[in-house]
Amino acid sequence: MSETERPRSNTVRDPVSDPGGTVETGGPFPTPRKTVRVPGGRRPMTMSRREDLHGRLLVGPTVIVVLLFAVLPFLAVALFAFLDVRLVDIPRLYIDNLVFTSENIAAVWGSPRFWSAATTTVVYAAASSAGAVLVGLAVALALRRPFRGRGLIRALVLVPYVLPVVAAATIWKTLLNPGYGLVNAVGVEWLGWAEPIAFLTTTSRDLGPLEVPVALLCVIAFEVWKTFPLAFLFITARLQVVPGDIEEAAQIDGAGKTRIFRHLLLPELAGVMALLAVLRFLWSFQNFNDIYLLTGGAGGTEVLAVRVYSELVVRANIGTASATGLLMTGMLLVVVAVYAWMIKRERA
Amino acid sequence: MSEPCTGSSRHPQPRGAGRLRRARLTAEDAVLGALRWVVIAVAVAVTAGPLLYGISLSLRPFQSVVSEPLNLIPDEITFDSYPTAMAEYGLGGNMWNSLQVALATAALAILFSVLGAYAAVRLRFFGRNAVNVVFLGVYLLPGIVLAVPLFVLLSRIGLTGSLVGLVFVYVAQTVPVALYMLRTYLVAVPSSVEEAAMIDGCGRLALIRRVVLPLALPGVAATALYVFMIAWNEYLFALLFLVADRDRWTVSLGIAQLTEFSVPTTVLMAGSIAITVPVVAGFFLAQRLLVTGLTSGAEKG
Repeated sequence: MSETERPRSNTVRDPVSDPGGTVETGGPFPTPRKTVRVPGGRRPMTMSRREDLHGRLLVGPTVIVVLLFAVLPFLAVALFAFLDVRLVDIPRLYIDNLVFTSENIAAVWGSPRFWSAATTTVVYAAASSAGAVLVGLAVALALRRPFRGRGLIRALVLVPYVLPVVAAATIWKTLLNPGYGLVNAVGVEWLGWAEPIAFLTTTSRDLGPLEVPVALLCVIAFEVWKTFPLAFLFITARLQVVPGDIEEAAQIDGAGKTRIFRHLLLPELAGVMALLAVLRFLWSFQNFNDIYLLTGGAGGTEVLAVRVYSELVVRANIGTASATGLLMTGMLLVVVAVYAWMIKRERA
Repeated sequence: MSEPCTGSSRHPQPRGAGRLRRARLTAEDAVLGALRWVVIAVAVAVTAGPLLYGISLSLRPFQSVVSEPLNLIPDEITFDSYPTAMAEYGLGGNMWNSLQVALATAALAILFSVLGAYAAVRLRFFGRNAVNVVFLGVYLLPGIVLAVPLFVLLSRIGLTGSLVGLVFVYVAQTVPVALYMLRTYLVAVPSSVEEAAMIDGCGRLALIRRVVLPLALPGVAATALYVFMIAWNEYLFALLFLVADRDRWTVSLGIAQLTEFSVPTTVLMAGSIAITVPVVAGFFLAQRLLVTGLTSGAEKG
């Protein structure tokens, strides 16, 4: 609505502030019937202008909530990262007594713990997103052709994805418990392990020439287990629209299944798999719940999200927590930018 | 895209190779066929296994779990862990909190996102694309990064420790997803019906309530269920905002806090199964709709 019109439309009785007055119009919008009474009468709104107004009004509530509880807080992070502020300062926090400093960013940037957490995060996110997409692909291919009971198995495979994360983590912790957990019981009783392994607190363990990061592998396995169903769903949906006739023709021509997969299915699936890998990477990169619940960041599993949390809660320092969060978001943006650039280059 | 499959015709095989080749194919088929069943069996065991393990432990006395960890089929079944978890360890009260929070979140998120999704599907308005971009951004922003300022701002206005503050945070987190899912369902509603209703003098809000909502009801219900599940499962914000006040804990927070103390694992398992059952049951009821809502757009890939 243009500026010049605004005062005039205010002379129309505002139905929102006058409930009951215009009930017969069926909504809180001025109707043409009302406007003709105004001297120098405004013409009824055109269809497209009404559409524009209605669209904005309908999206309004959502926009307000999202602005207040997501966009504004994000701007606040950028502010807090440059403030000398701790948890105890909150009651005395006013806009006009802020103390600016660049020490938070410098302290975080210079801290070896931050960089080791960053490395762990990248390894964790890359391994679990690749794992989730590959496992999802394998299961989607295995369940591609119909058989008796396929519907039930498909539904069953989705269970880890809908399981509350706290319940899933509690069950996994019990499974891996050194005292009475099933995995250690099987290992000691049947596989001849010398002693139970404390999976979630062991940083690394020599396995012949290899040094295995036990706890990190466990949290990666948990993340793959919890998220591959989503990859499975998306790949299955994409498989269903792969045209069948080319595949049939290839089969008649004598192409084997691996060749059909490599030359026909894989090119079709590549787009959705790349998208899934990027999305899973972005989500795993910021994952807090799974790791905090399983290990609390112990055993070489401290990721950036856990660092943000411990800066905030353990060290009670809002400034460094925000600085860590800001740098973390910056890294995510780099990933998003690279992906966008690659998509653009491919389209060009 | 059809290029690779013409490859075989460009390099024709010598005639005698045909039989040999067929034999190799059947071996390949046999291996892949066997592998397929291995994958299916492992997938089922790995996905359903932990849940069954949790159920099994929740039904056994703690002493027998410790002394015979491999004995998965209980000799004696006891349901004692459930009332113990609910009453003695306070998970019952926590569950009530979770139920309130999740229902309020689902109701508000649906109210907002139905209006928003309708506008996004049917109306051209100024700023539509900007709104879409902002929502996508919110969807990708790290929750832990938002948690810091939300914690500070909500403490500043005294909303930490209140379930109301939590509900608003959850609504902001879930509305973008809900909007995205609802868009898929609303597109399927034929616009000719709406035009007819509008010509008959139906206002926009009445149109949404009387025409669009009934037609898209299954989709709206599935979206509501999905939002409910997210709010019911949420842990991080509950931990940050509510940890000081035990009476306000949501059930996810309650169970996670109990694992810090020496609570018998059977009780923890009972609690975990108890919070899982409503979610999994709801999911199985609405599975088909949820799957189409979540994966729409994948076809375009």
